[in-house]
Amino acid sequence: MRFLYLIWCNLKRKKIRTTLTLLSIVVAFLLYGYLAAIQQGLDMGVSVAGADRLVVRHKVSIIQTLPESYEARMERLEGVVDATPATYFGGVYQDPINFFAQTPVKPAEYLAMYPEFVVPPDQMRAWEETRTGAVVGRTIAERFEWSVGDRVPLQATIWPRQDGGRTWEFDIVGIYDSEDPAADLTQFFFRYDYFREVLPEGARGQVGWYVVRVSDPDRAVEVSNAIDAEFANSPAETRAETELAFVQGFAKQIGNIGAIMTAVLSAVFFTILLVAGNTMGQAVRERIQEIGVLKAIGFTHVQVLGMVLGESVLLGVIGGLAGLGIAVVAISGGDPTGGVFPIFFFPVRDIVIGLFLTVLLGLVAGMLPALQALRLSAVDALRRQ
Amino acid sequence: MFRWIQQVFAVTVYSVRSVPQRFGSVAAAMFGVAGVVAVLVGVLSIAAGFRATMTAGSDEAAVIVVRSGATSELVSGLGRGDVNVVSETAGVLRDAEGELSSPELSLILNLPRRSTDNDSNVPMRGVEEEAFRVRDHLTIVQGRMFEWGRAEVIVGLGAADQFAGLDLGGTLEVAGQPWDVVGIFEADGGLEESEIWSDARLLQAVYRRGDSFQSVYAKLESPATFTSFRDELDGDPRVSVTVARRADFYAGQSTLVTGLVTGIGGLIAALMGLGAVFGALNTMYTSVSSRTREIATLRALGFGAGPVLLAVLAEAVLLAIVGGSAGAFVAWLAFDGYKAATMNLQSFSQVAFAFDVTPTLLVQGVMYATAIGFVGGFFPALRAARLPIATALRDV
Repeated sequence: MRFLYLIWCNLKRKKIRTTLTLLSIVVAFLLYGYLAAIQQGLDMGVSVAGADRLVVRHKVSIIQTLPESYEARMERLEGVVDATPATYFGGVYQDPINFFAQTPVKPAEYLAMYPEFVVPPDQMRAWEETRTGAVVGRTIAERFEWSVGDRVPLQATIWPRQDGGRTWEFDIVGIYDSEDPAADLTQFFFRYDYFREVLPEGARGQVGWYVVRVSDPDRAVEVSNAIDAEFANSPAETRAETELAFVQGFAKQIGNIGAIMTAVLSAVFFTILLVAGNTMGQAVRERIQEIGVLKAIGFTHVQVLGMVLGESVLLGVIGGLAGLGIAVVAISGGDPTGGVFPIFFFPVRDIVIGLFLTVLLGLVAGMLPALQALRLSAVDALRRQ
Repeated sequence: MFRWIQQVFAVTVYSVRSVPQRFGSVAAAMFGVAGVVAVLVGVLSIAAGFRATMTAGSDEAAVIVVRSGATSELVSGLGRGDVNVVSETAGVLRDAEGELSSPELSLILNLPRRSTDNDSNVPMRGVEEEAFRVRDHLTIVQGRMFEWGRAEVIVGLGAADQFAGLDLGGTLEVAGQPWDVVGIFEADGGLEESEIWSDARLLQAVYRRGDSFQSVYAKLESPATFTSFRDELDGDPRVSVTVARRADFYAGQSTLVTGLVTGIGGLIAALMGLGAVFGALNTMYTSVSSRTREIATLRALGFGAGPVLLAVLAEAVLLAIVGGSAGAFVAWLAFDGYKAATMNLQSFSQVAFAFDVTPTLLVQGVMYATAIGFVGGFFPALRAARLPIATALRDV
């Protein structure tokens, strides 16, 4: 500890260089934060997929619909606790660039299926009383500055109204939130009975997919097979899988683009660290002579090693903490793509890993020159020019 | 004036010739700039390639008609009656064989990706004869055309490359039946190359679609007739449709993916640029401080502050341009033509495309490098020019 002042003075010696190195480290860790958040966005919420939830869709493709009668048939199967329908509404709010998911659901059933979405009880009651009511996620409400009581029109792209019109109007009666940062707060839920009622007669009775809760997550595969068997050889065969598998499958459709971007970001992160590390090492190499002096006046090998390492670790940690701090603030301000990612946050796990990396950076950058300093005898060091 | 330029030149040459002595730090800075440019160009080439695919092969006279409000073909729906109204509307190009108006069916097949085996939404298009007259840029490059009324398909080059089972001579399951892949086609790198094509009537039958379609692709007499064509259909009480130029329709569908890529790309470029500026500053400060005496000597000999400043700046910019060009070249080698497929979130189907490192991107990359060099060199140059001569000469 008493050498801290000496280390500090060493860092201050070339202020410009120290500052620039520090700033590079800040940038690197800021980038690291974005990398972690983008990864979350590309994973589309795999981490919150419920182990006891299955997604049942049409076997041929997700765009084909299933009869609404399947709900009751699935609920009769052993191992199924509940089944509830959902449909892709695909409406446009003002401009197609404002992309978010809208889903007609059976309010109580659906929210019971997703306990991570929390709606205040009074808003839940209001939803049950308002046929045109909609409950929206906090993120999307903030993005469009919606509040309870607002009337929101959506232009239908798939589901025209019975009267031929395309504008569906909804009253926002509630805003859902979640304690889990990985929960998708960009969804727009409205009532299935309202949806059904406004549709033309011929379009009624079809739903996009079902969410099914199983009694025992360990038997999820077994129940999935039972569901698929139930509807085999019917006009609408199903494909049941765990929510995890479903979300992963969907996320993977983004393909190697996502992988390439994350690979590039990682490469950039390590390149910046490499360059910063090199500069940090350089700062020690220049002072070999002084290290000789220190040794000559009685500093032990270990003390010298500790001082050299201490200097680089200090630099790494200061820069890293600043970078991670800025990343936390910047990322909570939204994603750089203007709302393409429904989920965008800096997970705590990655922050902790980042903290370790700051120390690791200091250790690795300082290790080589520190070892050199360790091996050097005082005489050799002093003789060096 | 001539003397002044001569001085700038002399100092610059002298600085550049001393680069080998400072090789480590110079290389680190150049590496940094090269990295920035390579990444910037590489990431933006994804967006450029995607956009190129979405807009390829659609001239200004090509239009698409979908159900009113539909933003993609998958969510649209048109009956035979609607289709007939569209083809009879004034403005549609006619030749000896009739109107160039093609009703088409859009479907999605779940096929595994070759690289990861993950199920993907591959678009399938059901067409009638007119489709090939509306799209005259479509050519079969392997095998043959499918026969009407038979369970046969032809596959776009991009789809064949990215998804399993789409090889010439292979079979694929459509609505539970095996269909033969009899041909591979090319379409100037356009969106059609991501698709599987077959007979619309057959697909209507196996998918129980009745006589319905999702879109009409038409060719107009001239780009100028678009407005009157659209207005006439908008005012026609028999149909409720949205009319758009094909290029605009597809461009509207590519906003999310290009927004995603350019958003992330811009972020990476900005942060990396910042990192590279710090690297360049470090290098140039080191370069100036290691030559304090030399610079002071030059000044004492009568070289002006201006030439010294410009020379240091020139060195930084030169190094950045060399680094940046190297980076751009690497990006071109590594990314240009790289084949990929991604899901277009707005149309719910896979788009196969190739990364496109355009000359514009290369120029942008090198310009960005120049800017980094300029900022990175300016402050050290200022310091060099302001060096107090007497103290610097006395300095050890």
